[in-house]
Amino acid sequence: MSEHITLPIGPQHPLLKEPVHFKFTLDGERIVDVDIRLGYNHRGIEKAAEERTYVQDLYMIERICGICSHVHATNFVQATEGVLKTEVPPRALYLRVVVGELERIHSHLLWLGIAGHEIGFDTLFQVAWRDREVVQDLLELITGNRVNYGMNTIGGVRKDMDPAEIEETLKGLKVLEERTNYYAQVVQAESTFIARVSGVGPLPKDVAIVSGAVGPTARGSGVDYDVRRDLPYAAYNEIPFRVITSDLGDVLGRALVRVQETIEAIRIIRYALEHLPVGPIAVRVPRKVPVGEYFSRYEAPRGEAILYLRGNGTERPDRVKVRAPTLANLVSIRHTLLNQQLADIPIIVAAIDPCLSCTDRVVLLQQVGSHEGEILHWAEFRQRSLAKKL
Amino acid sequence: MNALWLIFQALIFPGFLFLTVCALVLQWLDRKLYARFQNRVGPPFVQPLADLIKLFSKESIVPKCAEQGLFRYLPYFSFAAVVTSFLSIPIYTANAVISYPGDLVIVAYLLTIPTLAIALAGWSSCTAYSIIGGIRTLSQLFAYEVPFFLALLTPALLLGTWNIAEISQRLPAFLLANPFYFLPVILAFLVGVISLQGKLERKPFDIPEAETELVAGPFTEYSGRLFGIFRLSLDMEFVVGVSLLASVFLGGATSFFGIPAILSYLIKALFIVFVLAYIKSAVARIRIDQMIRFGWRVLAPLSLLGMLLVVIFSKGGLL
Repeated sequence: MSEHITLPIGPQHPLLKEPVHFKFTLDGERIVDVDIRLGYNHRGIEKAAEERTYVQDLYMIERICGICSHVHATNFVQATEGVLKTEVPPRALYLRVVVGELERIHSHLLWLGIAGHEIGFDTLFQVAWRDREVVQDLLELITGNRVNYGMNTIGGVRKDMDPAEIEETLKGLKVLEERTNYYAQVVQAESTFIARVSGVGPLPKDVAIVSGAVGPTARGSGVDYDVRRDLPYAAYNEIPFRVITSDLGDVLGRALVRVQETIEAIRIIRYALEHLPVGPIAVRVPRKVPVGEYFSRYEAPRGEAILYLRGNGTERPDRVKVRAPTLANLVSIRHTLLNQQLADIPIIVAAIDPCLSCTDRVVLLQQVGSHEGEILHWAEFRQRSLAKKL
Repeated sequence: MNALWLIFQALIFPGFLFLTVCALVLQWLDRKLYARFQNRVGPPFVQPLADLIKLFSKESIVPKCAEQGLFRYLPYFSFAAVVTSFLSIPIYTANAVISYPGDLVIVAYLLTIPTLAIALAGWSSCTAYSIIGGIRTLSQLFAYEVPFFLALLTPALLLGTWNIAEISQRLPAFLLANPFYFLPVILAFLVGVISLQGKLERKPFDIPEAETELVAGPFTEYSGRLFGIFRLSLDMEFVVGVSLLASVFLGGATSFFGIPAILSYLIKALFIVFVLAYIKSAVARIRIDQMIRFGWRVLAPLSLLGMLLVVIFSKGGLL
């Protein structure tokens, strides 16, 4: 088989539940080239944010991602509070940490299940998702919602935790800790799992740094960087925790980092709940945000999420810019896929924990030298979609 | 009268109809066990039948660029081969419907036909996913087929017969009389179970159908009735494979007649189904290169060792 086969994966394929297109060139089972296309799911949230008030934006931005919704919402309130120079009460900061870390547990357990499914280990998928229900229930108990918690508000959080809820959460954490420890064992001991992930999708440390990988993808390659420790936000400067790294640089390394981070997240929540400061949970803020800009960073389960906000003195932001971690990690994915086996595509792609709807971009191609983009109006745009292809 | 009886046996019991019912029940049992191992509820009892009726009532779409004839006839080839092979396996008496010297080899060959049909189906459907699935089906065939045959031949060599019914009648008594031979037979049984898992393309050997890479592998373009017949023939292959192991290694329906014979056969078959479902739920899918390495470095030497032990014990005069 010297002939190369072109294998399209996506935008609709069982590998990914979200639309992205990979064009693989295969030599037998080996990948010789890969081309990645984004842009099937662009929602124009940044533009829409400029046309709504800050409070409306908060709820829209929370819906950027279904899994790390607290990430984007926290980033947005942090940026707004930064421009407003609001002093957020410490109890609110601790509660943001609690919800954020519960979200990390839920995201990492979800990833573990998906990783299991991608390598055909459906039992791991089913039991990891069963145990993820425990953390989902806790989130529902604390915030009232299983996803898109609506916990944040500009100037604090919307809901307090009473002692009964704290006790219930600690009880749930005990179950989670036990199960996660078991998964940590499975990940390190199950021979078919190891055979499928060890040495697969190599990402050397220097390539990880050059391609700007973030989060568990970078830490799985030995890059010791975590926004929570290096540029602390919320209450992370008061909470002791370890940053997990692995020098393996393959999918196994990324898996180990995620599982250990889950255990670490449980410890963080326990510490935060035991040291929860007393006091108010929110302060009142003015509706109009002054002229100014703020750059907020947040260590999302998938890596560093960034939000830039510019206020212009009205009740609507002048500019909101979101960079979800998947966009940073997609650059490294080409390197990890080259010269790998066809059978390893799913697990390598899944290893960055891609979340495409939050990351999607629209690319405008221009003629060289021309500075004009093509501007389409809605009617014309619609006409094009209706026109029959010849 | 004799001819009528034969037709009844071929079409109703223990032939086609009984095999279909068995296939559906075993499919349900396999799915249910798999679900329970994963802490899920699992499908209701009639689910396999409902699936089959649904597939049969749907339109079969044949891709324009597919090899029209092959694409349409391959499911029937696979189906016919499996139904034929079932007639040589003793179910309710010590003897099978069609029993002749050497039927063990014929059944083993007939069981290869579905695999070849699947590979050809992948080739003829002209989609990248199906073609890669077809290539994988064939590559995998070379990894499990030799160990599977060698494992089946171990008891045959031991007893000096190639007849399934005779093996299943004589093996238990022979083993009890000469307990030393338990070692090679157990070895061959283990190899047989694992390579059957590969033959049926079940985890960890479901490489050709790996859904996260190849959608449905060779079956990607199949739909409606054609797909239904393929599915049914694979479920039947499951029954035949399990029954073959049960009668060659575990004595099948031996030393009973009528209902107890069927019960004895069923209990043994269900035991093998349980083992297969357990393997399926405990492992991840391996890669094709790992599969081939496993087949040739572990399974084939083990099955050869089994045969070697038989030869040393019997022909070498050690016993």
